[in-house]
Amino acid sequence: MALGRPIGILLAKELRTEFRTRELLVSTLVFVLIVLVLFSFTFDPTTAESRRFGPGLLWLALLFAGSLMLHPSFTREQSNDTLVALRLAPIEPVSIVAAKILANFCFLMVAELVLLPVFAALYNLRLLPVLGRLVAVLVLGTLALSIVGTVFAAISSQARMRELLLPLLLLPLLTPALVASVEATAGLFEDRPALPAVWVGVLAAFDTIFLTVTWLFGEYLLEE
Amino acid sequence: MAADATTARVGDPGWASHARGVGLQFIEFAKRYGARWALRGVSVAIAPGECVALVGPNGSGKTTLLKAAALLIRPTAGRVQFSSSAPGTGPNSHDHSCVIKRYIGFVSHSTLLYDDLTAEENLVLFARLYGLDAPDDRARAALDPAGLATRHKDLVRNFSRGMRQRLAIARALLAGPKLLLLDEPSTGLDRSGQQWLGAALANLAAAGCTVVMSTHGAGEASACVTRAIRLLGGSIAEDSAVSGDPRAMLAAALAAHQEG
Repeated sequence: MALGRPIGILLAKELRTEFRTRELLVSTLVFVLIVLVLFSFTFDPTTAESRRFGPGLLWLALLFAGSLMLHPSFTREQSNDTLVALRLAPIEPVSIVAAKILANFCFLMVAELVLLPVFAALYNLRLLPVLGRLVAVLVLGTLALSIVGTVFAAISSQARMRELLLPLLLLPLLTPALVASVEATAGLFEDRPALPAVWVGVLAAFDTIFLTVTWLFGEYLLEE
Repeated sequence: MAADATTARVGDPGWASHARGVGLQFIEFAKRYGARWALRGVSVAIAPGECVALVGPNGSGKTTLLKAAALLIRPTAGRVQFSSSAPGTGPNSHDHSCVIKRYIGFVSHSTLLYDDLTAEENLVLFARLYGLDAPDDRARAALDPAGLATRHKDLVRNFSRGMRQRLAIARALLAGPKLLLLDEPSTGLDRSGQQWLGAALANLAAAGCTVVMSTHGAGEASACVTRAIRLLGGSIAEDSAVSGDPRAMLAAALAAHQEG
């Protein structure tokens, strides 16, 4: 079976189960909302400060929320050993990982698109003039978070201290993507908004490298 | 020692269409988890169409052997070899694994079912993953004999243990397996559930499907058994293919289970 078909089937399953329970989406939305509101209360930013610190706060909040949201993507397959059922199916194992990455990417993007207006309101930032470019940065940054996060969620799901292990593995490795996302987003809130090509390039390269590594070694992530 | 996952005899161009059962052979198969050996150099051949009961105390290696046959674990040493394969698929390749997996049905200790999907959605999901035609029809057709037709729209989380086990067995039978691996399949089944399982296994055995199941020796599922293998400490302690009557081994296993 080609890769596209099982990925589509499994992605549909992930979306169906999540939109039925809404556990991950709701908890992520609430978490990021709380973080953004708390930050805004803490230092009551002016417009200039918001331009300076807002992108960093946004991406840190998304990173922490991502590390929370990504953790259950494999652990909830453990309740009835459903991952075993997927591994029994005549499909390429990497398609299971790919479907998880895509599902996590979709969930994070939905959360981000809902939270963007809140972020703009709290930090006095104008989104509309840069919306297209901002979404492009969000897509690249979220893809980085989804790929690395899903891979490490698979690895840490078999460990004893898995709740702690995922952020410990994830946060250092995502530092280049975090810096690039923050810099690319900050460029959009300058007086003369511009999308910094260097940082977009770094994000694209990060995504490509980790996607390739996952493609090559993804099957080993699922073994007992 | 080399640790190949699978090998196959290639060259039977029509295997996929006419073969009735898939045979398998463990060759010096060993599996270690940390410092503990779950299987120690097991060598045994199971012919297509045989119905084999694996007996033995807890921790003797029954589940590990079944997982190895289902290609769920890589051996620490040795390999498992299937009796045939589709043309053009080399040993140990992903293509080969995918072809073999298409013909394997597996019932585990766990149900392998999604609690947040309905019974029908679970079966449709796996029918699609196995590339079956008309997955919705196949799912409904599988639910009926399992006695779950009227509950097809219910979430699995609302099912009793016995109903989950029926659905787990229906999932394993969905794609028409040629090699059926069952890990204590009677667990949680009531009398009628056991009768249904026994009848399903008898039908599959009559059709030539190879059946390998771990059991404590009791239940309707054991009725079709043609051979029994007793495992002890990760090795084969007794094989009725050599020593004679599988019924005597099943009875001894049941007695040992009831005592222990």
